Formats: sequence, C-alpha cells, structure tokens
Amino acid sequence: MRNEAMVQPVPVPVAYGPLLATLVLALALVVLPFAAQALGQPSLVPLATRALIYAIAAASLNLALGYGGMVSFGHAAFFGIGGYVVGILYQSFTADELLFGLIPGTNQLLLTLAAAMLAAGFLALVIGALSLRTSGVQFIMITLAFAQMLFFLFVSLKAYGGDDGLIIRRRNILFGLDTRDDTVFYFVCLAAAAIMFWGIARIVGSRFGMVLAGIRQSERRMAAMGIAPYRYKLAAFVISGMGAGLAGALMANYLRFVSPDMLHWTKSGELMIMVILGGVGTLLGPLLGAAALVVLETVLTAWTEHWQLVLGPILLVVVLFTQGGLRALLRRLGGGR
Amino acid sequence: MAEPLLCVRGLRKRFGGLVATDGVDLDVAEGEIHALIGPNGAGKTTLITQLFGELSHDAGEIRLGGEEIGALPTPQRVRRGLARTFQITHLLPDYTVLDNVALAVQARQGHSFRFFAEARRDDGLRGQAKGHLAAAGLFHRAEVKVSDLSHGEQKQLELIMALAGGPRLLLLDEPMAGLGHAESEQMVGMLSALRGKVTMLLVEHDMDAVFALADRISVLVYGRVIATGTAAEIRDNPDVRAAYLGDGEA
Ligand SMILES: Nc1ncnc2c1ncn2[C@@H]1O[C@H](COP(=O)(O)OP(=O)(O)O)[C@@H](O)[C@H]1O
Ligand SMILES: [Mg+2]
Repeated sequence: MRNEAMVQPVPVPVAYGPLLATLVLALALVVLPFAAQALGQPSLVPLATRALIYAIAAASLNLALGYGGMVSFGHAAFFGIGGYVVGILYQSFTADELLFGLIPGTNQLLLTLAAAMLAAGFLALVIGALSLRTSGVQFIMITLAFAQMLFFLFVSLKAYGGDDGLIIRRRNILFGLDTRDDTVFYFVCLAAAAIMFWGIARIVGSRFGMVLAGIRQSERRMAAMGIAPYRYKLAAFVISGMGAGLAGALMANYLRFVSPDMLHWTKSGELMIMVILGGVGTLLGPLLGAAALVVLETVLTAWTEHWQLVLGPILLVVVLFTQGGLRALLRRLGGGR
Repeated sequence: MAEPLLCVRGLRKRFGGLVATDGVDLDVAEGEIHALIGPNGAGKTTLITQLFGELSHDAGEIRLGGEEIGALPTPQRVRRGLARTFQITHLLPDYTVLDNVALAVQARQGHSFRFFAEARRDDGLRGQAKGHLAAAGLFHRAEVKVSDLSHGEQKQLELIMALAGGPRLLLLDEPMAGLGHAESEQMVGMLSALRGKVTMLLVEHDMDAVFALADRISVLVYGRVIATGTAAEIRDNPDVRAAYLGDGEA
C-alpha cells in the first residue's frame, strides 16, 4: 500500500484533436459566406444561418438533456416565446404603444434578445420548478404538456395574430449594421452562436457542470455527497431555456415572422433529433446535428414532399450505427477511439 | 452523561405487511466502531437507509449529536456529519476516480453555483482529492474511469469519498461484501486505521472482520435489536446464538 501511494497515475494524453477540430470549424464558418459567393451559391448563406440558429437551440437543449439528463420534450416553448417576444415588441414599437401599459416596444436587437432570454428564462423557471419534481417518462410528458398549453394559448391570442402569427416587417437593428443583408445577419448569428457555445463549454467544465453531469449519472450519489440535485437541475433548465429563447428571437428575426409553429411539439421533437443526431452530451454535437437536419430537410424537400418519410430511416441508421451520433462518427473517422 | 453521537429511539418502518424496522433503539457512542449484524433480510440496509434519510421512517426518533435529524433530507444530514457507503456501490460511472473524489471535496466546500472556472484545473479540489487517494493507496488509479474499476476498487472508492466529506458518523453497509481475501484485509486495515478518528456504524457479514474491528456489536433480527454488547458478550448471548450465530455458517 505504501508503494502504491507513490506510483504516479498513468498520464492522460492531452487531446489536441477537439481543439483543432474547433478551430477548423470556426475558420470554415467565417469563410463560408465568402466561399458561397465565390461558388455562385448565395442561397447557402441563409441556409447556414438557419443551421446556426438551430444549433444554438439544440446546444441549449443539450445542456439539459445531454449533460443534465433532463429529457425535455417542451423546448419549443422557450424557442417560441423568444420569437414572440421579438414579434410583440416589434408590434408595440410600430404601433408606438406601451406593452401591458408599461413596456415600450423596441426594434433594437440587443434589447429584444435580452428580453427574449429573460422571458424564456422565467418561463423555464416556472415550468422547470413544477416538472422537475417528476422524472423519467413523467418529466417528458409534463414538459410536452406545458409546451402544448403555450401553443394553444398563442393560437387563441388574436391580438398577436392567433394562428397566422405576427409579421415583423424589418429585422431588428444592431448598431449601424444592415441586418437585412444575408451575410451581415449570418455573422450576427455566428457571433451569437460562438458566445453561446463558448458559454456552454465554460459551464460544462465548471463546478456547476461537474455537479450537473454527476446528477445525470446518479442523483443518489450526489445526495450522499451532500448535494441536493433539484436546485442544480432547475438552474440548468433555466439556462437551457434562455438559450432556446435566444435562438427563437434570432429565428423570428431571420424569418421576419413568428407563429405558433415555433411552439408546436414537432419543433421540440426537431430540436431533440438534432441533439441525438449530433451526439448527446457533446459540445459540438448539436451544431453538427442542426446542420445535418437543416441540410437534409432542404435536400429532401427539393426531392419529395414526403421528405419526413425519408428522414425517418436516415435518422434510425445514424442513431443505430454511429453509437453516439455524428460527433462520435467524426471522432472515430479522425482516428479517435 | 452526555448523549451518544447517534441516538435512535423506537424507529419503525413497514413495507406493506412486512415490518422491516420494528421499534429499533440504538446508541452509537462518539469514537466507537459499532457493528450491526444479523441474518439476511433482518433489516440492516433498511435501517441504514432510514438513518441516512433516503427512506422515511414511519415512527421514532433519530438524533445526531443531540439534534433530531429524522425529518431532514439526505443532503442536510450529510452536512450535519453523516456519510454512508452502499452495499451495492453507487458511484458516478462516467467520471474518473479523481473526478469522483474531487466532487466529494467540492461538495464539502459549500454550494456549487460556480459557472466559470474550470473545475478540473482547480488545484484546491484536485490537490485535496489526490491526497485522499494517495492516503488510501488508490492514487495510481486516479485517471481510470470508475466503470472500469474492479468491484473491490469501487468499494474502496466509496469509502474514500465518504471520508472526503469529513463525516462525524460513517454508516458502512457491508464494505467487505464481494471482496477477495486480500482486498478484505486491506479494507479492514483502512477501517481500523480510522478508529478513534471517525465514529462508525458497520453492517457486516464477515464475522472475522466484525470481531477484529467492533468495539460493540448490536444484533438485529426481524427488524428488532435483540442484543447489544462487546464481542465476548455477544458471542456468549444465548438469544444471539439461537437466533443468529447458531444457524449456519455465520
Ligand atoms: N423498498 C422495499 N419495499 C419492500 N420491501 C423491502 C424494501 N426494502 C427492503 N425490503 C424488505 O425488508 C426486509 C429487510 O431488507 P434489508 O434491509 O435489505 O435486509 P438486510 O440488509 O438486513 O439483508 C427484507 O425482507 C426486504 O425484502
Ligand atoms: Mg443489506
């Protein structure tokens, strides 16, 4: 025993692979709009913008689902509320009215994004506080139920367009930038995504992140160490909801439109598929998953209107045969384990 | 006379028709190693689980250092000085050995609402965790994933993590179960090195270990404590012989 104590642990090789992959990816994303122009494919830019926005939403969901083990089937609620905040603030702004008689409308992107994150965060606090008292299938169903309630609420709110949604005539403004320009808006979303992914990477590696992933592995063990899981799960759920709200706000700007579609359960499902497709509980997986789903959807819709029928089997193959999604597949192709 | 560190009075727990804990009175004095023995199904694990707050009791009192803790959730009991190991280990299987111990150290340092600094580069956490591992002779396995550990190493890790919390009272549920002879001896060595530093309630089937370690022994049969005393007293107690030591290999 005395000797063993002296033996050094086997050193773990420093993994430069992920760092390199991240750098290459970042470079590719910066170059993308220019490459698209040069190749005469300008429509790639809005496509990539959509992928980035969904990547933010999927990465946020992944924090709850992949790291915290909270299988939320209701993240469309946060995504949608983020979109509606942009739409409603814009409506008040153009009508020059006070919202609820208190809040002035705005078309300033920084303000609307912040408001969207706050609203989504508050909603996540309420939904999370109630649903995190359950777990497993019950948790899945209760988050789904909350999101559907919100969906039907907005369908019935005629003041905000009901079924038809709200049209946002112009994208929000940011400093002197021309956000109407596809490339400019792409870079706005890229910046938001970069901050989001960086932030999530910090969180995942922090003391909080260690606790969160510990809770996923065994709540009983965490309690035995003196850590009450509920508060940590709730905090992660709120952060996750805020991220999804940010994505929704960007999506409303991108589409210049927001409707109950953004709140529909199929949107929650799409976000989940992106996470699973990319690799649950990996940092870059959601980006890969979002890009893959956006591209697949675009390619398949051009080919057949029953694109979802084709998508299903593709998802099955990826999930069954890559063992950990696209992120794991890439790692293995890259010579990892 | 000062009250014992742990003082259990009239503890009762019923599972449907089965009374698993049937009015248990138990005292564990500060500094002692108190063994709890009894046949399979006597209710030893159920008792530990209630003391630790993972299962609520139907009636009775649990006092730690004079304070009633029976209504507190597990994490708050841990903060008041309880720790336990499990008969079937509960660890964080995706983490390394060092991650597991570092998290136990982190938990002791207060809340973990720190979102920014990288925990795996926190020398305060890692250094202390490495110290705990080195002291227990498991340092060479620090970077191994817990799911790749042997059963014996997992049992050892649970003990290290329990100790990292700096407990006043350690509840040990069959720490020797499933260990080979050498591992068993090592575990007995670790526990006896803790004598006087940590108070222990030790559930164990290995009677050699019990007689080697225990200052006092309580015998639990059908959810009742039928005897408490020193090893010699327990060995000579006719009720115990009839109910437990006599029946079979024990
Ligand atoms: N959660 C439970 N529900 C129903 N019965 C249980 C439960 N836990 C334990 N028991 C029963 O209580 C009795 C005591 O079990 P246990 O405490 O595990 O015994 P020991 O640890 O002494 O072997 C057994 O008969 C067991 O089947
Ligand atoms: Mg047992």
